[in-house]
Amino acid sequence: MALSGIEIFKLLPKTNCKKCGHPTCLAFAMKLAQRQASIDLCPDVSEDSKRVLGDAAAPPVRPTVFGAGDNAVKMGEETVLFRHEKKFVNPCALAVEVKDTMQDDEISRILDDVLASGIDRVGQRLKIDAIFAGNASNDPASFEGLVKAVVAKAPDLPLVLSTSNPAAAEAALKIAADKKPILYGADDSNAEAMAKLAKTYKVILGVAAKGPEALSVLTEKIKGFGVEDMVIDHGGRTAAEILEGNVLLRRSAIKKNFKPLGYPVITFAQRDDSMLETLIASLGIAKYSSIVVLSSAERWKNIALFALRQNLYTDPQVPMQVEQKIYSVGEPAPESPLIITTNFSLTFFIVSGEIENSRVASRLAIMDCEGMSVLTAWAAGKFTAPKIAQFILESGIADQMKNKELIIPGYVAIISGALEEKLPGWKITIGPREANALPAFLKNWNK
Amino acid sequence: MAYVAQKENFPGKVFEVTFGTDTKAVFGGQNALPFYAFEGSIPNRPLIAYEIQDITPDDWPEAVSSVYKDVSHDPVAWARFSQDELKAKAIALRLIGTHPDREDRTPAEAAKAVRDVLAVIKVPLIILGSNSIEKDGPVLIAAAEAASGRNCIIGKAQEANYKTIAAAAMANNHKLIAMSELDVNLAKQLNILISQMGLDKERIITDPMCSALGYGIEYTYSVSERIRLAALAQSDPAMQQPMLGDAGMHAWKVKESSAPESDIPAWGPEKERGIAWEAVTAGAVLLAGADILIMRHPEAVSSVEKFIDELMQDGGR
Ligand code: B12
Ligand code: SF4
Repeated sequence: MALSGIEIFKLLPKTNCKKCGHPTCLAFAMKLAQRQASIDLCPDVSEDSKRVLGDAAAPPVRPTVFGAGDNAVKMGEETVLFRHEKKFVNPCALAVEVKDTMQDDEISRILDDVLASGIDRVGQRLKIDAIFAGNASNDPASFEGLVKAVVAKAPDLPLVLSTSNPAAAEAALKIAADKKPILYGADDSNAEAMAKLAKTYKVILGVAAKGPEALSVLTEKIKGFGVEDMVIDHGGRTAAEILEGNVLLRRSAIKKNFKPLGYPVITFAQRDDSMLETLIASLGIAKYSSIVVLSSAERWKNIALFALRQNLYTDPQVPMQVEQKIYSVGEPAPESPLIITTNFSLTFFIVSGEIENSRVASRLAIMDCEGMSVLTAWAAGKFTAPKIAQFILESGIADQMKNKELIIPGYVAIISGALEEKLPGWKITIGPREANALPAFLKNWNK
Repeated sequence: MAYVAQKENFPGKVFEVTFGTDTKAVFGGQNALPFYAFEGSIPNRPLIAYEIQDITPDDWPEAVSSVYKDVSHDPVAWARFSQDELKAKAIALRLIGTHPDREDRTPAEAAKAVRDVLAVIKVPLIILGSNSIEKDGPVLIAAAEAASGRNCIIGKAQEANYKTIAAAAMANNHKLIAMSELDVNLAKQLNILISQMGLDKERIITDPMCSALGYGIEYTYSVSERIRLAALAQSDPAMQQPMLGDAGMHAWKVKESSAPESDIPAWGPEKERGIAWEAVTAGAVLLAGADILIMRHPEAVSSVEKFIDELMQDGGR
């Protein structure tokens, strides 16, 4: 937990000199506690106090970047236990496992699946984020071979190098250290050697112990060796254990600002049954994992997990939305249709996608309704006849159109009369209810 | 700095609901967040009911309708199949045929479907209207009467029609589903209104309104979490009702669970995709607090059951 106003007050000069722009030190302390002011505003605060405040203000889960370049994954920085309190910050990364005991063609098939996993959904590019390379053989040479193969085929993907054998780790790091991988596999037995490697090669260290308590002791020990960036594993593998461990770790970090456990968490979801694996991964996504390791990247599984991750990591206060304007789908001509809907991202992408499917060049008028769906916006009084009319008139779009006709969503058929009154000279056409009926509708429109 | 486990004990608990007569089913009763067995008591596992309908569904994607192709023309055959072949622990009969936009079946026809189904099943029954505000009243009055003495769950009572439906539940000794639209305060208010009518608050099941993965599940998720926190942390008796997740219906309505792979190759095979869509929708609402689920595909159900097995086991501690 961050410091309270009173605790912060005790660290200030208590002279009420007002140089910070606040009437008293206490008033300033209260603002600091709410993170609405920066300590830099007080010129007289001691260096010691500054350090204490800085430590307390640091995010309870350490920000950590894994991988390099465009594919780098941000982890940590979380501040809450429940998403209704505040947005979850960095979406959980999904990694798929390959092992050095697998046949080459199997490895190659998995890598192909991962590389082809990207899909666009609601305006975001979603994909499997990383490869988890495992040293199941415990043999350094096999591991080196695996890492070489992975790096050759997927040079830009973030990597987790998993081994508890320092010799194998070093062999792999020699190949892949510049990719800022995670070296996973430090435990009580090899901590010093692994920490040394992490430090030398400047990589993130994955640390595993049985249970939060042992884990906290181990991360402190490793920090003592000079390693700052860690990813932690509390050892839980069944769903019950994953849930318990993840909750206890997150609570320690958020509620107590307990630094030894304030690191991103890695979770192992692999199961023989891929549908069950999907559910275990869902648990990680919902309950505080920063990386979930999977055994495969089937397309049906990917899209379900991507959607869940995207949903749970949206801002609960502000729905995803797009800019108000009249978009062109294809290259609309004066006689092309004009279609209106709200600026909720999901609505926009569904509707524009179906217009694309129709191959009928169109104008899509997107009206600002604070990111609400058609019916929600209508029920909230934001997608009403007067407001739509005003938007259409002010847009001046009529000048570019041969016939003044506006197609409205079928779900708001009820407003068509009022809209005709507010838009004199316009023809209001009621479209289908569901967007998937749009291609057929548009193909027959004006025929 | 030594580690101290941050365990939380809550003063409140979720009401326990038992329904059915012959083979009974029970859910709720916990004083911890969903599956947080490490700090509270979770006496019952969440219950999954199989959905059946009074008319042949024409809007279920092939991946799920094909499972029931030999039985879905007849609710009795469908109920038997669900109980005997699929080993359903409970059945949810949705009287969708009564909707004015579907077959506009009469309350008497609905009552007959209920009687016929009850005659062949031992497991407990949930009786759902068609979600027509006007029609659900008369339909559920007739259905509740037809099921009198069988200790069913009926629903869904909503703000605009709760009086008739709650009265029907009371008169025939059933439990009642109260549904609001993704709003904690509205959910609470509806529970209060219904208990003020004289229906025991411990006989209400709250439906915060489910939504599908990819289509608003985050709203259901957060509203459910908030309801559950109010139940446990504040012991608010208007929030301590167990929660329902009507997952199957929502999951099988969206494009991701139906579009053929040939249309969108990047999404993979539609059968697995549809099952995963239903299973992940159900799994997410379980993690947020649902105590009873209504689902459609047997493979989605069995995956979610395995998930619950793992979540409920003591984890080797
Ligand atoms: C999630 C949700 C919410 C979220 C908001 C989500 C959001 N960003 O909009 C929250 C919880 C905030 C909310 C609030 C409310 N909601 Co609400 N909500 C929903 C829910 C479950 C899903 C909405 C959604 O995301 N749909 C998905 C999008 C993509 O749908 P869509 O925009 O309509 O687009 C589809 C079609 O319309 C079509 N389409 C879109 N544009 C166009 C254009 C053309 C030309 C064509 C042809 C087709 C087309 O394509 C899309 C796919 O087919 C619906 C119920 C449901 N299952 O639909 C209720 C629903 C919309 N809500 C409803 C209500 C009443 C409300 C509230 C007033 C109630 C309350 N709880 O206080 C408030 C209003 C908000 C406010 N601030 O006052 C009612 C509306 C009733 C009605 N018939 O008017 C609904 C229908 C629930 C119900 N009764 O069943 N809601
Ligand atoms: S500038 Fe510093 S010492 Fe002066 S009032 Fe503000 S906090 Fe207090």
